[in-house]
Amino acid sequence: MTAGDVRLTIDGREVRVPPGTLIVDAAKRVGVDIPVFCYHPKLEPVGMCRMCLVEIGRPVRDRATGEVQVDDHGTPVLQYGPKLETACTTPVGEGWDVRVSSEKARQGRNEVVEFLLTSHPLDCPICDKGGECPLQNLTLEHGPGKSRFLFDDKIRLDKRVPLGDLIVLDRERCIQCARCVRFQEEIAGDPVLGFFERGRKLEIVTFSDPGFDSYFSGNTTDICPVGALTTADFRFGARPWELNAAASICPHCPVGCNLTLNTRREAVSGGLEVVKRVMPRQNEAVNETWICDKGRFAYHFAASPERLKTPLVRKDGRLVEATWDEALETAAEGMRTAGSRLVGIASGRLSNEDLMALRTAVETVGGRPVLDAPMGGGDFVRRFGLGSQSDLGRLGRGDAVLVIASDLHEEAPIWWLRLRKAAERGAEVIVANARRTRLDEFASHVIRYEYGQAVEALLGIGAAATGETNVRGLVGEAVEAAGKALRSAAELVIFFGAEGLDAKGTAALAQGAAAILARTGHAAKEQSGLVGIWPQANLQGAWDLGWRPTGRGLADVLGEAKAALIAGVDPLGDDPSLGPALGALDFLIVQELFLTETAATADVVLPAQSFIEREGSLTSGEGRVQRYYPAVPAWGEARPDWSISSSLAAGLGAKDLPTSAAAWLERIAEVVPAYHDLSYQALARVEEQWPLVGGDDLYFGGTAYENRQGLGVALASEVERGGSKDVDWPMSPPPQPGPGILAVPVHRLYDRGTTLLPSRVLDPRRVSLYIALNPSDATAIGVGDGEAVSLAWDGQSQTALAVIDPSVPQGAALIPRSAGATLSMPTRVTLLASQPEAAR
Amino acid sequence: MADHILLRHRDIPDLDRLEVYQRHGGFETLRRTIAEKSPQDVIDIVKASGLRGRGGAGFPTGVKWGFLTPDVFPRYVVVNADESEPGTFKDREIMERNPFQLLEGIALCAYAARASTAYVYCRGEFWDLAHELEVRIAEARQKNLLGPKIFGSDFSLEVYVHLGAGAYICGEETALLESMEGKLGQPRLRPPFPAAKGLFGRPTVVNNVETLTNLPPILERGAEWYRSIGTKDSAGPKVFSLSGHVAQPGNYELPLGTTFRTLIFDHGGGVAGGRKIKAILPAGASAPILPATDEVLDTPMDYESVPKVGSMLGSASVIVMDDTVDVAWVALKTTRFFKHESCGKCTPCREGTFWMLRVLERLHSGQDGEGQVDGLYAVARGIEGKCLCPLGEFSIMPVTSGVERFRADFVAHEGDGR
Repeated sequence: MTAGDVRLTIDGREVRVPPGTLIVDAAKRVGVDIPVFCYHPKLEPVGMCRMCLVEIGRPVRDRATGEVQVDDHGTPVLQYGPKLETACTTPVGEGWDVRVSSEKARQGRNEVVEFLLTSHPLDCPICDKGGECPLQNLTLEHGPGKSRFLFDDKIRLDKRVPLGDLIVLDRERCIQCARCVRFQEEIAGDPVLGFFERGRKLEIVTFSDPGFDSYFSGNTTDICPVGALTTADFRFGARPWELNAAASICPHCPVGCNLTLNTRREAVSGGLEVVKRVMPRQNEAVNETWICDKGRFAYHFAASPERLKTPLVRKDGRLVEATWDEALETAAEGMRTAGSRLVGIASGRLSNEDLMALRTAVETVGGRPVLDAPMGGGDFVRRFGLGSQSDLGRLGRGDAVLVIASDLHEEAPIWWLRLRKAAERGAEVIVANARRTRLDEFASHVIRYEYGQAVEALLGIGAAATGETNVRGLVGEAVEAAGKALRSAAELVIFFGAEGLDAKGTAALAQGAAAILARTGHAAKEQSGLVGIWPQANLQGAWDLGWRPTGRGLADVLGEAKAALIAGVDPLGDDPSLGPALGALDFLIVQELFLTETAATADVVLPAQSFIEREGSLTSGEGRVQRYYPAVPAWGEARPDWSISSSLAAGLGAKDLPTSAAAWLERIAEVVPAYHDLSYQALARVEEQWPLVGGDDLYFGGTAYENRQGLGVALASEVERGGSKDVDWPMSPPPQPGPGILAVPVHRLYDRGTTLLPSRVLDPRRVSLYIALNPSDATAIGVGDGEAVSLAWDGQSQTALAVIDPSVPQGAALIPRSAGATLSMPTRVTLLASQPEAAR
Repeated sequence: MADHILLRHRDIPDLDRLEVYQRHGGFETLRRTIAEKSPQDVIDIVKASGLRGRGGAGFPTGVKWGFLTPDVFPRYVVVNADESEPGTFKDREIMERNPFQLLEGIALCAYAARASTAYVYCRGEFWDLAHELEVRIAEARQKNLLGPKIFGSDFSLEVYVHLGAGAYICGEETALLESMEGKLGQPRLRPPFPAAKGLFGRPTVVNNVETLTNLPPILERGAEWYRSIGTKDSAGPKVFSLSGHVAQPGNYELPLGTTFRTLIFDHGGGVAGGRKIKAILPAGASAPILPATDEVLDTPMDYESVPKVGSMLGSASVIVMDDTVDVAWVALKTTRFFKHESCGKCTPCREGTFWMLRVLERLHSGQDGEGQVDGLYAVARGIEGKCLCPLGEFSIMPVTSGVERFRADFVAHEGDGR
C-alpha cells in the first residue's frame, strides 16, 4: 500500500490498490470473488466471456471545476452507468463503488451463465472436470434451476478431438474463452492453437504438425474453465473428489518445479494407492503455476512393474531375493573389506539427505565419494550463485541474462519460459551457443561459436564486459555488444550448460562466468548470479554436500578401487566400455529403482524408494532447497536411499546417525555452512502469493494447487555471506582437432531414459536415436535424410538415422542423449553411410 | 440538390477517368493543401466543418484524428470499405464511379494524420472493385498524385488495397484491423482505440469511404460552406441508400436532416404499387424498426433526430416495408443474418443470436404455443448491454423493437398449425 494507491469500495469493502489494477484483481485481494471464465491473472484481459459483469459507480465531477460533486452530507455523488461493465478489463478508479452482488449485477451474470449453458452438454457426471469445474460451480451459484432453452435445440459436437498426442478436446464442452489459445501465445511461446470458423461454429484447432506441439500443453488443461481440454493421461482416470494430494518436487530437471501428486487407492491398480496425475503447485519464484509436460507425465516410472521390490544378493553367480538383514550385512562386509579402496558413486538424482547419508556410509570405512556427472562448476555456483532473494520473475528492463552452451527449451523448459517473460519485460537475453536453439527467439544478442570454443566465447564476452586486456577470447560485433550489455546491466544472471563440453570444460565455463559476475560488480547483487543447467535435479545439492566428479574417467576410479557402492546412477548403461572396470571389482553394491545394467552385475542390489513414496529435499539450479513429501506407501520392501545408507553406516560401526530424513537435513545444516539455517520446518514455510490460486473459486487461477506445504529456502551464495569475490579467468581449453566429425550429445526433453520410458503416453513424442548433420557433411558422406549412418569411435560403433538440419554446424553431428546412443561426451567419430541392408 | 458533392459522377460523365477528374479540378485541393496548409490546419478545418463519420457511428471525424498518439510513427490510415450493412450500397457507387475523389480524400486524411501508408479494406465480395481501385491507384501514382514526394513535396503516400474474406464483423473497425493483420476477424477490446494502438499496434485512423470522400470539397470550399449544408449538429450531405418497397430504389445524395417522407416520396417515388408503408429500417439491419407514422415520416434524418423517434441514423440505409410485410419475418431474417455473422468472441452474442434464431424459427414453423414471443423478448433483453462490440447489441434491435411495436405480427405465429 503506497501513496499513489487508488481507493475504492467493492461490495462495501474498502480497497487500496496500485493504479492500473483491474477491478477483478482488486476484488480478489479483499476476498470478493468476481466470477470469470476468460480472464486469468497471468493472461492479458480480453473481456470475451462477459461473466465478470459488475455495476460501477463513478464520482460525478463538476464540468467546470473538475471537482468531485458532494451531496448535503459531504458524500461524493456517484453515477452508476446504464450498462454493466466487465471487471476483468476495467482498471480501478479513485472513489469508485463497485457492486458485485447487487441484484442487477447478479441478474446480468445469471443471463451470461444461461447463455453459456445453451451450448454446453452438462455432462458433468462423466466429465473429468466435474468437482473442480468453474462452470459447474458458477452454474450452481448463478444458473436457474430450470432451463428456458429447449434441450432439443442443443447442437451435438465431437466429444473426442485429439489436439495432439497429449491433449484431447471435447468440442461440446468448450465455452470459447480462448484461455488455451492465449496461454500458448502469451506464456508458452508456442502459438499452435487458434479458433477456426466463427460464431456458434467457433472451434479450437491446432495448426502445428504434430498437433499441439508444445512442451507446456498440459497447463491448458489446468486453466481450461470447463472439461473441454483433458490430458490423454488422466482422461477418464478418476474423479477429482476421490483424489488425495501430496506436495512434491519434480525430479526431472534442475528447475525444481513444485508439484502436487494426486493419488487414489484403486481396484484397477490392485488395491494400491497410485498417482493418478501430477499438477503444478504454485511457487511464483520457481515455476509460478506452470509445469512442463515432462514433469506432468513422466511419473509412471515410480509404479512400473519393473521396479525392484526386494533386496538381491548374488549367490552362485545369480542374483536372488534376500532379506534386508542379509543384504545389508553382505554389503557392509564388502565395504569393510575394501576399506579405503571403496568408492561411492552417486548422481544428482538423489536427495540431499541421501547424498549426505551415502557419503557418511562411504567415509565410515575411509572410502571415497565420487559424483558421476558430465558437468562441473558446482563450486563456482555455490560461491557466485543466485542469492537468497532471487526470483527470475523480477528480472526486467535494465537487467541482462546470458545463457551459454545450452538448449534451455529442451533441458529446463520452465526456465526457458521464465526467461522469455523476462525478455518481454525488457531484460536483455544474450545467447551463446554453437547452434540455433529456441532461446534465439527472444535473444537480444546471439553469439555463435564452434563446438569447443565455448570458454573462448565466454572469455571474449568477459573481455568486452570488463575491458581487461589480459583476457583473450572470441571477438566480434555480437561479442562486443553482449559485453556492453553485461557491463551496463543492473542485474546479471548467467546460465551455463554443458552442450559440447566435458566436465572440465563446464568447470572452466563456470569459472569464466563467475569471473564476469565478480569483475562487472554483479557478485552478491540481489538478483544476480550463476546458474548451472544441470542434467539432473539435484546436482547442485551434490556439489554443495561435497560430492565432486573425478576429473578423470570413471574407468580409472573403478580401476583403483576394490569395491564400489553405486546409487542412483547406471554407469554401465551409460557407457558399456566400463564393463571390464566394473567386472574387475571385488565387490559391487547398487542402490536402485530398477535392475539396471550396472545393478545386474552387482553382488548386492538394494531396492530404493522413488520420490513419490518418500520425503526428501532437492537443491535447484537457482539454489533453492525444496522439500517433497510421501504421496503413496512404499513400493514392496524398497527403502529410501538415506535409510539404506544409514543402515550400512550403522553396520560399519558409525555412531550418532540421524534416523529420519528430517534429522539428516539437520545434520547437513550442522556441517554445510550454506545450509546452516535449514530445517524441514523452514522448508515448509509459506507466505501469500499473487495471484491467489486454489481457493473455492477455481475460475480465477485454474486448478494449479495453492502452496501450503512450503516455498523452500533460497540459499545465500557465499559472496552474499561475505565470501571472497576473487576468481581468476579460466584457461581456455586447448582446441582438440582431429579427424572425422565431432559428435555432440544433446538433450531432448522426451528421451528414452529409465524414468521416462514407462510413461507410455509420451511414446508418440519420444525421440528415437538419430544423428543430425549439416547438409554439406551429409552430402560429403553420401547420406540422405532418414537414411542410416554408422558411427565409429574408440572401437565402439552404432547405427542411427540421419536427420539433415542446416542449423547443425558444419563438422559437427548432434546425437540425442538417453536415446540409445552410448556417447555421453563430445567425441570425434567416423561416419559412414550404412548400406540399406545393414540399416534393416 | 442541384449539384452533387459526393456523387459528382452523376453530373460529370466519365469522372472515373483520371484526366476527367483532373480537368474538373481533381487533386487540385490536395496540391494546394500540401503547399499551403499544415496537417494541423487540415485537422482544424475538418473539426470546424462538423463532418461526422459516415460509417454509422457518426463520430466527429476531426476529433477522431485528434486522438492520434502524438509523435508516434509510423501511423496508418485505414479506409473502411467493408460496406456490409444490409441495404447499404453507397460506398460501392463512390468507389466504382467517383474513385479519384475518394483517393484524394485518403491523401488529405493521410496528410492530416502524417501517415505515409494507407490501406483500403474492401469486403471480400468487392474483388472486382478492389482490382479496379488498384489500377486507379497505380494511375494516380504514375502522375505523382500518390506515391513518393507528391507534387514534389515531402509528403509521400502509398495506398494499398486489402481484400477481406467476407465477414460482416470486419466492418467493425477493430475486427477490420485484426483481419488486416491476418488474424481472425474478431473485435478488439477498446480502449485502446485505434488512434492509440491500431494497425500493427501503431496509431491508426480508420474512416469510412464516404467520410473521406467529403474531404476534398471541405478543403476546397471551407468549413463554413460545409456547415451551411445539413443541420446544426449534422453537417453536410449524406448518401442515403434507399431500398425495399419503393418505386425507385437507389442512392440519393441529400443534405442531412432531409425527412424520411422527402426521401421516400419526393425522391424514391413512393411505395411501389401504391401500397401503404408499414415500417422502416433506417439503418439496415442494425437499428430498431420504426412504424411508418406521420411523426416518423416527418422526422429529419440526422444523427440527433432519428434517436428521438426510437431508432438510429447509422449508415442511412433506409429499407422501406409496405403493409404486406410481417415484421416477425423481418426479425427472422435479421436474426438469421446476425447469427450467421456473429464472430463468436463474446458469449451473449454468440449464444444469444443462436438462441433467438431457434425461437424465431420455431415460432415461424408454428410448432410452439403461447409464451414464445415473451421468451424471445426475454432472450433479446438478456443479450442487451452485455456484448463486447456493437454487433451483438444491433442483433436484438429488430427483435425488441419489432415485438414492442408490432407485437401482433409475432403473436400471430404463436401456436399456428396446432
